Amino acid sequence: MATPTMEKTAAKTDVSPYITVTFRVRRFNPELSDEAQWQDFQIEIDPKERVLDGLHKIKWDVDGSLTFRRSCAHGICGSDAMRINGKNRLACKTLIKDINPEKPITVEPIKGMTVLKDLVVDMEPFFQAYRDVMPFLITSGNEPTRERLQSAEDRERFDDTTKCILCAACTSSCPVFWNDGQYFGPAAIVNAHRFIFDSRDEAAEQRLEILNDKDGVWRCRTTFNCTDACPRGIEVTKAIAEVKRALITRRY
Amino acid sequence: MKIHKYDTVIVGAGGAGMRAAIEATKRSRTAVLTKLYPTRSHTGAAQGGMAAALANVEEDNWEWHTFDTVKGGDYLVDQDAAEILAKEAIDAVLDLEKMGLPFNRTPDGTIDQRRFGGHSRNHGEAPVRRSCYAADRTGHMILQTLYQNCVKEGVEFFNEFYVLDQLITEVDGVKKSAGVVAYELATGEIHVFQAKAVIYASGGTGKFFKVTSNAHTLTGDGQAACYRRGLPLEDMEFFQFHPTGIWRMGILLTEGARGEGGILRNKDGERFMEKYAPVMKDLASRDVVSRSIYTEIREGRGCGPEGDHVYLDLTHLPPEQLDAKLPDITEFARTYLGIEPYTDPIPIQPTAHYAMGGIPTNVEGEVLSDNTTVVPGLYAAGEVACVSVHGANRLGTNSLLDINVFGKRAGIAAAEYAAKADYVELPEDPASFVEEQVERLRNSTGTERVAELRRELQETMDANVMVFRTEQTIKTAVEKIGELRERYRNVAIQDKGKRFNTDLLEAIELGNLLDLAEVMAVSALARKESRGGHYREDYPNRDDVNFMRHTMAYREVGDDGTETVRLDYKPVVQTRYQPMERKY
Repeated sequence: MATPTMEKTAAKTDVSPYITVTFRVRRFNPELSDEAQWQDFQIEIDPKERVLDGLHKIKWDVDGSLTFRRSCAHGICGSDAMRINGKNRLACKTLIKDINPEKPITVEPIKGMTVLKDLVVDMEPFFQAYRDVMPFLITSGNEPTRERLQSAEDRERFDDTTKCILCAACTSSCPVFWNDGQYFGPAAIVNAHRFIFDSRDEAAEQRLEILNDKDGVWRCRTTFNCTDACPRGIEVTKAIAEVKRALITRRY
Repeated sequence: MKIHKYDTVIVGAGGAGMRAAIEATKRSRTAVLTKLYPTRSHTGAAQGGMAAALANVEEDNWEWHTFDTVKGGDYLVDQDAAEILAKEAIDAVLDLEKMGLPFNRTPDGTIDQRRFGGHSRNHGEAPVRRSCYAADRTGHMILQTLYQNCVKEGVEFFNEFYVLDQLITEVDGVKKSAGVVAYELATGEIHVFQAKAVIYASGGTGKFFKVTSNAHTLTGDGQAACYRRGLPLEDMEFFQFHPTGIWRMGILLTEGARGEGGILRNKDGERFMEKYAPVMKDLASRDVVSRSIYTEIREGRGCGPEGDHVYLDLTHLPPEQLDAKLPDITEFARTYLGIEPYTDPIPIQPTAHYAMGGIPTNVEGEVLSDNTTVVPGLYAAGEVACVSVHGANRLGTNSLLDINVFGKRAGIAAAEYAAKADYVELPEDPASFVEEQVERLRNSTGTERVAELRRELQETMDANVMVFRTEQTIKTAVEKIGELRERYRNVAIQDKGKRFNTDLLEAIELGNLLDLAEVMAVSALARKESRGGHYREDYPNRDDVNFMRHTMAYREVGDDGTETVRLDYKPVVQTRYQPMERKY
């Protein structure tokens, strides 16, 4: 093995990558108390690790009762949206070094949804709004034997909104949704957009009528919270604006 | 305890489970029990594509695809099953397109295709463009499309229900499936689902490794439930290590990156795959590439201060191409490594990725209780199952294909069976096993911690049964797993509550991982040859005379309660292709 390798290995062991970080977590367990409260945990962690790694450290080494959802741990499954330092993010896509670990890192459940335990919220109303916009391809007539043709340009038209992982970071960052849970919310509109602008789909009118409802797109106040919150980089506010425009022009 | 009755119960809501659900719901009263919300499943993490010989961009046919699958699996593939996989691939892709999947398109508007490891033109002549894809989020799009169609079909889901036991009743000397027992995460309540047909589609077991592309939730729950009830597990020694995981984290970077022209380089900048696979180079099959990477590392040509990784180099590709074809994985490099893939190579290492083995089934998805006997009413599809279409090494893009082809087949077969079958009587006190398991953990005053045992398991698996294995390392693993299984009896949890007790579920999942790790190591120890993903340094060659056969592992419980793994073997189905030396 080359000498430089050995030198660098030696150098590396001199400095510990670990720092002490305080996680300030919003705890709630109705089996124990009706009140939610903040609890601080101090852990040693490499700041290049994820907030999710920090939560796991707490759960696995300190307090097994800390409860949160997670699965893939790299921003694809959409399980671990939470409010971290006041902003909606995925815990698995947020590195500790990027959110100022000098101060306590606050972790709370996403807002506007019923908290069930610690960071776990009731996702059912969120998924119901999604189901209400008919999020599936609707066509008429006989199916072709081969694939339906679609130009690369037509495919590109709705590319952005196909990225949605239904994590609810957008919907639960929306002030309109906080005030009125009846609002469909950005995620449902994003998923309607994905079909309204798909050249193969034939039910855009129906979806637009659903979103023309008093709880539909017109509730959007264009605050861009949703766009800021989206861990997939979807231009959510733009997608909502395109749906609004389609409602006026009936062109899509 | 609550009792539910359904015609068909599906365990798991990833690609295979939802593909099955779409078929089963049309034909029978169906419930899908899933420990995660449906769109959280790890199918969504698959990136590169789904193979099918559509021949949209160049000449191709399903026979070539069959050959590549058989060769890729190092001839341990059951060839009748591989033929079905390759033949039905075309309709499987077209079905998804009709369901709405937004594939990338050619200039003609047809589904675009790209190259992938091990897929070749005319039996190995050159790489062929066979992978149908949607950027580098094909799995995400499949998962979303299938869920969308489940919504359309009104599929009934029980979300966050953990299936912890398989119920089997012997009727006139025949073992039949009677249903499953599930634990409801939200309430801690135990539910018995009596069903005429049960389909396992609960995914893989990758979490017994430390560096893995698998989700935290991939803990082999379906395999473990069946194994505990005396059903065999097939070919568990064969595990795939994907060549390009993000260094230390294991997060998957698709083979599509190499399909788009990405190159693996060692610390000298050398394109080392030219030495190991002169024709297919960086697109050789995954087992070959992973071994080559570790050979480079062991021989001192690894990168970084510790020489423990190599580079995936995309810097010669135009940024527009990376943005259009590989947006997600380039973002992973930026997010997790702080690296800009336009200008810098990405540090990678092989990552534990896919279980080729699993619950043995025939091509209809029916589960086998030995080499030939079907368990009436029991089905499995996807990574949890072993058909075997992947043999000793799965080709990239064949797993998204597998879940669609065999998920559909299992869904139809199970619902048709349920239509004509009667309910099998539940065993007496059907929930007793789960109730005892849950109560024991909740009341345990033991001193062992789940996280510590899991850490030790993952470390021993990484150290001893990864890409390179020897008798010595596997024995070390077997011993260590035995020790951990002993200590597991003394495990305790902190959360004693009923509501969302993930502490409890992690303990149960660890028990499953320990059982399956033991099966894997014991199966690997007995296979004294090298084939596909199973590489024995002490037996570096394939041995068709003694080992051209599937491993079948059974759990045996002695009179004194001691558990052992008993191994048996099953012949490989060979139709057109005679085993040849495998070169890429």
